[in-house]
Amino acid sequence: MRVLLRNPRREVTVDGRRTVNSLLAELGLPRESHLVIRNGTLVPGDADLAADDEVEIRPVISGGC
Amino acid sequence: MVAVGSKCRTCRGPAIIDLPRHNANFCAEHFLELCRRQVRKAIDQYDMIGTDDRVLVAVSGGKDSLAAWDMLTEVGYEVDGLYVGLGIGDYSDESAGYARRFAEQRGLRLLEVSLRDDYGFDIPTAARATRRVPCSACGTSKRHVFDKAAIDGGYSVLVTGHNLDDEAAVLFGNSLRWDVEYLARQYPVLPARAGFPKKAKPLVRLTERETAAWCIVRNIDYLVDECPMAAGNRHLAYKDALNRIEADSPGAKASFYLSFLDNMSPILRKSLVEADADVDACSRCGAPSSSPVCAFCRIAEKSAAHVPVPVDVLLGRRSRRSDAPAALGKRGTS
Repeated sequence: MRVLLRNPRREVTVDGRRTVNSLLAELGLPRESHLVIRNGTLVPGDADLAADDEVEIRPVISGGC
Repeated sequence: MVAVGSKCRTCRGPAIIDLPRHNANFCAEHFLELCRRQVRKAIDQYDMIGTDDRVLVAVSGGKDSLAAWDMLTEVGYEVDGLYVGLGIGDYSDESAGYARRFAEQRGLRLLEVSLRDDYGFDIPTAARATRRVPCSACGTSKRHVFDKAAIDGGYSVLVTGHNLDDEAAVLFGNSLRWDVEYLARQYPVLPARAGFPKKAKPLVRLTERETAAWCIVRNIDYLVDECPMAAGNRHLAYKDALNRIEADSPGAKASFYLSFLDNMSPILRKSLVEADADVDACSRCGAPSSSPVCAFCRIAEKSAAHVPVPVDVLLGRRSRRSDAPAALGKRGTS
């Protein structure tokens, strides 16, 4: 699957199926500070991600200045 | 594809988000309802906004301020937006675009102030001219412009999009120093007083994961990119520390901050009466100030006289000094 990451914006390709939580753990991204959007729709941690899904992992932390 | 085993706590339909602090998952409709309840609870509990109030919300183009504007407008409040151009290169240009598009698409009124055009300086230049971290000059400048715009425009409440994570991180930092004055002032609503509008933070019961999810579900296009000048600031380090605790103990952040408001804040706020007696007026702009010239006017005078410093130049020099200790001082959130 193609995974879009932000801050900085970049794309990685991940092979095979896995859950949202597995993907976040694999990429070392905490669940509390990220949301996952699959094919344009928000999905929870136990959602399955398929090989042909377009996935965005969006960080939610802001500087708060 | 439908999520496996993840059902909305309310309707048992497919969930779109898991919220460990509530030990529950929610579908889009009931997630939005949860957010509305939390905001209503904050507004009612702290008497933030009345039905007759004219509200000005400070918007940055980011998720929190646009979510706040959206939520307040949705429930029927009369709310205008205020965008402050900080002059942080492409980042500011992009953020202005998000704020303008949000307002245009919904027929809302957006006021704009530009630090460069209206005061003769920008934040990168201020950081260089004052030799302070950018977030310090930025926070002081924004608070001054917000207050002035609210007072001049006759708004009865100034709203900011500070969320639970923001407030918990500030509380964490102020507690590490046991800074009693800043702790006493940390409250989700501050009453109007001479030269200051009433200020309210209706999102303090929502985490930033929740405000971001609100925007995604509501199709609000916001600036996801982080301010380039905020990278590495202490506030982000505090958020990271709290999120590590939250991962092991869901609900810990909310408990830390909301229990502070319930149990500690009433004790600390009694000390504010004496401190407020020292406030006078700035000899330059007339804004309330505890010194003859207010912090904003001191920044403006130094910075307007300085050669403009592009953000890339400032960041380049900052990166070479990145091993120096962070200089971000104590923080208020008013």
